[in-house]
Amino acid sequence: MRRLVTDTLITAERNLIRLPRQPDLLSAFTIQPIMFVLLFVYVFGGAIATPGFDGSYTDFLIPGIIVQNIAFGGFVTAIGLVEDLNKGLIDRFRSLPMARAALLAGRTFADVFTNLVSMTILVITGLIIGFSFDAGPGDILIGVLLLLLFGYAFSWVFAFLGMLVSTPESANALGFMVVFPLTFISSAFVQPESMPDGLQWFAEVNPFTVIVDEMRELWLGVPGGSLWQSVVWALVITAVFAPLAVWRYRQSAERA
Amino acid sequence: MPITTTIPDAVPVDTAQKRPPGPGPAIKVSGLVKTYGDVRAVDGVDFEVTAGTVLGLLGPNGAGKTTVVRVLTTLLKADAGEVVVDGIDAIGDPTRLREHIGLAGQYASVDESLTGLENLVMVGRLYGMKRKRAKERGKELLADFDLSDASDRMVKKYSGGMRRRLDLAAALVAKPPVLFLDEPTTGLDPRSRLDLWAMIEQLVADGTTVLLTTQYLDEADRLADDIAVIDHGKVIAQGTPAELKNQVGGERLEVTLDDPAQAPQAIEALRALCAEDPVAEGTTVTLAVTQRKGTIVQAVTRLNDAGVGVSDIGVRTPTMDDVFLSLTGRAVETEEPVEQEEAA
Repeated sequence: MRRLVTDTLITAERNLIRLPRQPDLLSAFTIQPIMFVLLFVYVFGGAIATPGFDGSYTDFLIPGIIVQNIAFGGFVTAIGLVEDLNKGLIDRFRSLPMARAALLAGRTFADVFTNLVSMTILVITGLIIGFSFDAGPGDILIGVLLLLLFGYAFSWVFAFLGMLVSTPESANALGFMVVFPLTFISSAFVQPESMPDGLQWFAEVNPFTVIVDEMRELWLGVPGGSLWQSVVWALVITAVFAPLAVWRYRQSAERA
Repeated sequence: MPITTTIPDAVPVDTAQKRPPGPGPAIKVSGLVKTYGDVRAVDGVDFEVTAGTVLGLLGPNGAGKTTVVRVLTTLLKADAGEVVVDGIDAIGDPTRLREHIGLAGQYASVDESLTGLENLVMVGRLYGMKRKRAKERGKELLADFDLSDASDRMVKKYSGGMRRRLDLAAALVAKPPVLFLDEPTTGLDPRSRLDLWAMIEQLVADGTTVLLTTQYLDEADRLADDIAVIDHGKVIAQGTPAELKNQVGGERLEVTLDDPAQAPQAIEALRALCAEDPVAEGTTVTLAVTQRKGTIVQAVTRLNDAGVGVSDIGVRTPTMDDVFLSLTGRAVETEEPVEQEEAA
């Protein structure tokens, strides 16, 4: 167990050292989110009605877009794992007397830090363009922790996706195909009431909606969220996808 | 015992010093089987490698060489058979075995976005070393492999030869008594190959046991004490390079003619020198030589008397290529070394 913790930290450190040296990846969770915030606020913002938010689309959007970004934070894990598999690095790790689970655990753990970075960037961007918290420091902190927990759950989703495919490009494509619609058919960008019946039903049961609504309650004091449901969702996603990822990881060793 | 150094602060790494003393097999494989669906990639392989020697596993692409290495390095689970490496049951106790082996793969498996030193420190720490010790060991290895100047450069910027050296260094971080090299020089330029060969020879001189897979026959010829030829998942021949060459046949006289049209005359003139008839192929006439002494002089005289123009003549001993061809019925498939650099 001590070995697992040490090796996870070593692997996480490796991933964090690498990150600033991969400019394309770095921009994916720093510059890209800022761009999205600005596009949504200034292009769509005026056309989207958000009753209950004092007419401020920025206030409505920031928690939603942060949740979306956090969900995509696991991309670094997916792409990194595909690269490691392709370049034979996984074989090196497997031939070492390290804890087997540490490679995956280290990856997803490193994502917590990148998620923290991109969350900070988004909050600052939001504050600059007019977002303001309507909550005490305690609730803001609970919100941050909830985001990190949710991001961690999605790192395992991406770890699994990363090992289903054979190139970083297809990891990208698959990730977008699966996660993008999920984030859009939710309360993250518009209120589900404005959607057609079928979509509205989906949006209301979508875990993204649950988390986004809870974030709005924690950070803006807008009722409608549920902390325990949010936490349960994050735990369920982790409990389903972590074993799947580990299973695929074991299987990938059996390649010729 | 050749390897005496231990890793002071490694978490229970009972490496070198607990090995059974004396020369014995460092690797013992018997009845090894590995199947993928219906394909028996490894189909009952047996071999032994004496401690401190090099075994070359030779075979065409897809013969099962890499699968054997992957089973022996615990990357794959065998379906049947026994594997004992450095006195450890590789199948029953893979975790312990990993502390005793080093693997340098076909693909330079180092992290391109880390520097040379960062790579070695990471590997050292994953072997259970403390950060400080891992750093010392990393620097030591970088010096040994002539990479000190590049220690703080990202591997992305290394040449192919430097990457392979770093890969080999990474395999040696814990001073493993048994080293697995899976096609260590594939794709390297000639100069880098020679460098790497010299480094591998030095390791063996220091007592490391090496199992090497290669498609390059000259590599096997130079590095291996013993060779096992694998085809269709089975060992089809085993012995020293000299033994295998003898098995193929003795020396041959090769005559290159000025004019291929004169081949019949050449065959007629040379027939008396050998038991079997000479064989002509293009401008080359080949005959098995029974006695080396005086053969060339006699051949030249006879060809001259017969009025056959000769551009080259020589006695040729069989190469590993001949061995391979005669054992597997096909030539070894190798690409030419790529990444040509200045071979100054």
